[in-house]
Amino acid sequence: MTTLLVYAESRGGALRSVAFEAVTAARAAVDAAGGGEVHALVAGSSGIASVASDLGRHGADLVVTVEHEGLARYNPEAIAATVAARITSGGYRGAVFSASAEGRDLAPRVAAILGVPLAADVTAFTLEGDAISATHPVYTGKAIATLRLEGTPAVLSIRPGAVSAAESPREARVESAAPAVDPGASRVVVTEVDTRGGGTLDLAEAPVIVAGGRGLREAANFALVESLAEAFKGRAAVGATRAVTDDGWRDPADQIGQTGRLVSPDLYIAVGISGAIQHLAGMRTSRVIVAINRDKDAPIFKVADYGIVGDLFEVVPRLTEEIGKARGRG
Amino acid sequence: MKIAVCIKRVPDTELRFTIAPDGKALDTSGLKYEISTFDEYAVEAALRLNEAHGSGDVTVVGLGPAGMAELLRRAMSMGADRAVHLTAEEVPFDGAAVAEALAGALTEGGYDLILLGRNATDTGSGAVGPMVAHRLGLPCVTAVSKLDVADGRGTAQRVLEGAVETVTFPLPAVLTIDEGLGRPRIPSLKGIMGAKKKPLDERPAQLGPVRLAVTSLAPPPERPAGRIVGEGADAVPELVRLLRDEAKVL
Ligand SMILES: Cc1cc2nc3c(=O)[nH]c(=O)nc-3n(C[C@H](O)[C@H](O)[C@H](O)COP(=O)(O)OP(=O)(O)OC[C@H]3O[C@@H](n4cnc5c(N)ncnc54)[C@H](O)[C@@H]3O)c2cc1C
Ligand SMILES: Nc1ncnc2c1ncn2[C@@H]1O[C@H](COP(=O)(O)O)[C@@H](O)[C@H]1O
Repeated sequence: MTTLLVYAESRGGALRSVAFEAVTAARAAVDAAGGGEVHALVAGSSGIASVASDLGRHGADLVVTVEHEGLARYNPEAIAATVAARITSGGYRGAVFSASAEGRDLAPRVAAILGVPLAADVTAFTLEGDAISATHPVYTGKAIATLRLEGTPAVLSIRPGAVSAAESPREARVESAAPAVDPGASRVVVTEVDTRGGGTLDLAEAPVIVAGGRGLREAANFALVESLAEAFKGRAAVGATRAVTDDGWRDPADQIGQTGRLVSPDLYIAVGISGAIQHLAGMRTSRVIVAINRDKDAPIFKVADYGIVGDLFEVVPRLTEEIGKARGRG
Repeated sequence: MKIAVCIKRVPDTELRFTIAPDGKALDTSGLKYEISTFDEYAVEAALRLNEAHGSGDVTVVGLGPAGMAELLRRAMSMGADRAVHLTAEEVPFDGAAVAEALAGALTEGGYDLILLGRNATDTGSGAVGPMVAHRLGLPCVTAVSKLDVADGRGTAQRVLEGAVETVTFPLPAVLTIDEGLGRPRIPSLKGIMGAKKKPLDERPAQLGPVRLAVTSLAPPPERPAGRIVGEGADAVPELVRLLRDEAKVL
C-alpha cells in the first residue's frame, strides 16, 4: 500500500488553503496508483488539532498533530526534524509540501535530513512504482521539464494554485505526536512576523489577483487597483511589478515575477503593466489573464486572454463598478 | 568576514532559446550564459557586508564546464578576491548531487558566511542551499532580503506571501539570497583588469549520486490566442460578460 505524508501548512492557528491543495494532490496521486493512504501532519501551538476534520474532508485518512508552544510560529529546524522523523518511522513512499514561501524553506531542509533529492515546485506528479514522474517549470517558466525522481522516500513541493483543492470526505483518524527535537533549541529563530496590517488574502491563496504597474503613475493611484480587488469581495489580492516595488509604491512582498512571487490564480488582471519577460515569469500560468493597457502593442497582450486597449484611469473605475454589480447578483 | 558565494552558470534569461532535437535539453548553439540572477545578488551582498565591516575576503565557487571560469572572473571583477572552479562537463539537475560537491569544497574554508541564490534561474528549485547547510552542520536561512550581522549573530528578513518574517541565527551560517540587498554592481575597468591576476583554483567536482533527472523538456503550453475585447471604458460590459459566461471566473 502506498502512503504519502502531506505537510499541512498553517499560520496563526488556521490552515492555509495551500494545505488543502497539497492534500488534494496527494489523494489524487495515491488513488491513481491503485489506492493507499494520505496522512497529513500539522504543527502549531495547542489547539491546532481542531483542524483535523477539515483535512479529512479533503482526503486525509490520518492527521498527525504536533502541538507545542515552541511551534506557535514557524520553527524551521524543529519542524523539519519532526517531519523527517515521521517520514522515516512511518515508512512513507514520499512527502508532499506546498511550494509556498514556507514550503520552499521547509521541503529542502527535510530532503537534506533524509539525504534524498527534492523535486521542487512541481505542477503535477504521478507515482510510477519506484519512481515519480513530475512536471516542473524551468528556465523562469520558458520551458516545462518532466522530471524522474528515483527512490523512497521522495520529497516534492507543489506550486500553489497548480492543483485546485477538492473534497474527498472521510473521517480522519487523529494521532498526536511530540516534536522530534526540542523546539527551544533551534539555532534559527523566527522572532517576528509582520503581516503588514494584512490579515487579508495573500498572493498564494487568492483566486483573483489584481496587479498594478508603472502605468498607475504614482503610489496614491493604487487606490484604483485596491478598489477593483475589493469588488471581488474578499476573493482578490493586490500584486505589483518590480517597477512599482522599486519605487516604493508597494511593499516588496507584493512583487510578482522572476525575482518576486510566482502565482497561478484563476483570474489575473494586469493594470498598466507592459508585460516584461521577468514579470511574465511569475504569472503566465494563471488560468485567465486580463490586460488593461493603453498601448495596443504592449507584450502583456500576447499572454492575455482578454484585453482592453485604453486609459486605465477610465477603464478600471468602470470595471470596478461592473464587477460589483455582477458579484452583487451572483 | 570570510565569505563564500556559490554561483551557477545559466543560460541568459532574457534570450529566446530552442529545445534540442532529443527533447531533453536546450539547443546550446548560440546560447549565451550569465551568473544566475540571485547568485549575482549574493556576490553583491557579500561585497557590501565586507565593505560595511571595513575588511574581509570573498571566495566565489562555481561548479560547471569550462565556460564557468569566465563567470568566476566576472564575479572577481565585481570585487570577489578568489575563485574555485569545480569542473564538471555536465551539471546534473539533481540539487542533492551538486550540494554534495559544493559542501565538500566548502568544508575546510573556515567561512563565517556561505551565500547561495534563493534559487537558480534554470532549475527554479531552491534546493542546494539547505542541502549544503545540512552537510556542513550549519544553520540555514533561505530567501534573505535584508541582513544585519554583528557580534557573531545575524538578523535576516524573509518576504513571505503578504508578510515579512524576521529571523535570527548564529554565525557561521548558510544563507540563500533573495532580491532586496542591493542590485549587483557593474564591474569597473579597473576591476576587470585586477580580476585577471586574482587566484582561480581548479579541481574536479566530486558530485553525489544522481536520483533526479529531466526526462523531457517542452515549451510551455501555448496560451490559446487571446483577443482585444475593445477600446476604452465602453468595452467593460462585454469584458465582464466574457469573464462570467465564457471564462466562468466571476
Ligand atoms: C534581473 C531582473 C529581474 C527582474 N524581476 C522582475 C520581477 O520579478 N517582476 C517584475 O515585474 N519585473 C521584474 N524586472 C523588471 C522588468 O524587466 C520590467 O522593468 C518591469 O516589469 C516593468 O514594470 P511595469 O510593467 O510596471 O512598467 P513599464 O514597463 O514601464 O510599463 C508600464 C505600462 O503601463 C502602460 N500605461 C501607462 N500609462 C497608462 C494608462 N494611463 N493607461 C493604461 N496603460 C498605461 C504603458 O503602456 C506600459 O505598457 C526584473 C528585471 C531584471 C533585469
Ligand atoms: N553548479 C553550481 N555551481 C555553483 N553554485 C550552484 C550550482 N548549482 C546551484 N548552485 C547554488 O545553489 C543555489 C540554488 O540552486 P537550486 O537549488 O538549483 O535552485 C543557486 O542559486 C547557487 O547559488
